[in-house]
Amino acid sequence: MIVNVLFYVFGAILVLTALGVITARNPVHCALFLVAAFLNSAVIWLLLEAEFLALTLIVVYVGAVMVLWLFVVMMLDVDVEKLRQGFTRYAPLGALIALIVAAQIGLVVYVRKLGLDDTAAAVVDRPAGYSNTQELGHLLYTQYLYPFEIAAVILLVAIVAAITLTMRDRPGQKVQDIGKQVAVRAKDRVRIVKMDAEARQ
Amino acid sequence: MIPLSHVLLLSGILFSLAVAGIFINRKNVLLLLMCIELMLLSVNFNFIAFSHHLGDLAGQVFVFFILTVAAAESAIGLAILVVLFRERKSINVEDLDAMRG
Repeated sequence: MIVNVLFYVFGAILVLTALGVITARNPVHCALFLVAAFLNSAVIWLLLEAEFLALTLIVVYVGAVMVLWLFVVMMLDVDVEKLRQGFTRYAPLGALIALIVAAQIGLVVYVRKLGLDDTAAAVVDRPAGYSNTQELGHLLYTQYLYPFEIAAVILLVAIVAAITLTMRDRPGQKVQDIGKQVAVRAKDRVRIVKMDAEARQ
Repeated sequence: MIPLSHVLLLSGILFSLAVAGIFINRKNVLLLLMCIELMLLSVNFNFIAFSHHLGDLAGQVFVFFILTVAAAESAIGLAILVVLFRERKSINVEDLDAMRG
């Protein structure tokens, strides 16, 4: 019962924070509202017994991705007022479309039912020592091993792409030119002088 | 126990709010990307709700991969945005019409 109450409370906060994301005036506030939305979703995922993913959402999304977002938002000197022109003009259209989409999803879920009530019986009571992380890890390293490795490659590609995109040459920057370093020969740098030996004085 | 339909409805509301956000903030690339993040979050809700109600962990594995791809997407998206801002001094969608699209 308490689980239900918590679900509705955090669900309501989640909807409010999502509203904040799309209506806030300042992009920094939008990013912070998005952080709040992620935190609330993490709580709801905990209630749905997805403990590992809930913590991953907090650590990876709130801890890393949203910090990246905030860095970029603060780095860009954005003219907020100009970007918000037409806000009130498009707000009714946006609200209308949101209502239509929400109503359609509601209709599918409530009127058609989709046999959802039958599946509810399949919810299993996990034993006391059950570890979501362990089970997930077991699946990831056996059945989903190849997708897991592809995910790692995707992250590598993202790292390389982000770095190559944002790297630039500033005048006066001190960088190594590996080609020149390799091409250097000893005779270009060192002069060997022949001279007679001298007695110690 | 949380009814499955209520979780689905919550994720539907979240998704439609994100769609509304795309319409409302149609000039700001930064906010468009944030709305896409919200959409991905709502889709993840569906996966987790079904994974819970069917007692099948495959849904959670999918959420794991979606999170990975979303993180990669936002990293590259933000990198492109930073380069774009350096080039154009603006992130207004209407200024980005070099291709006359």
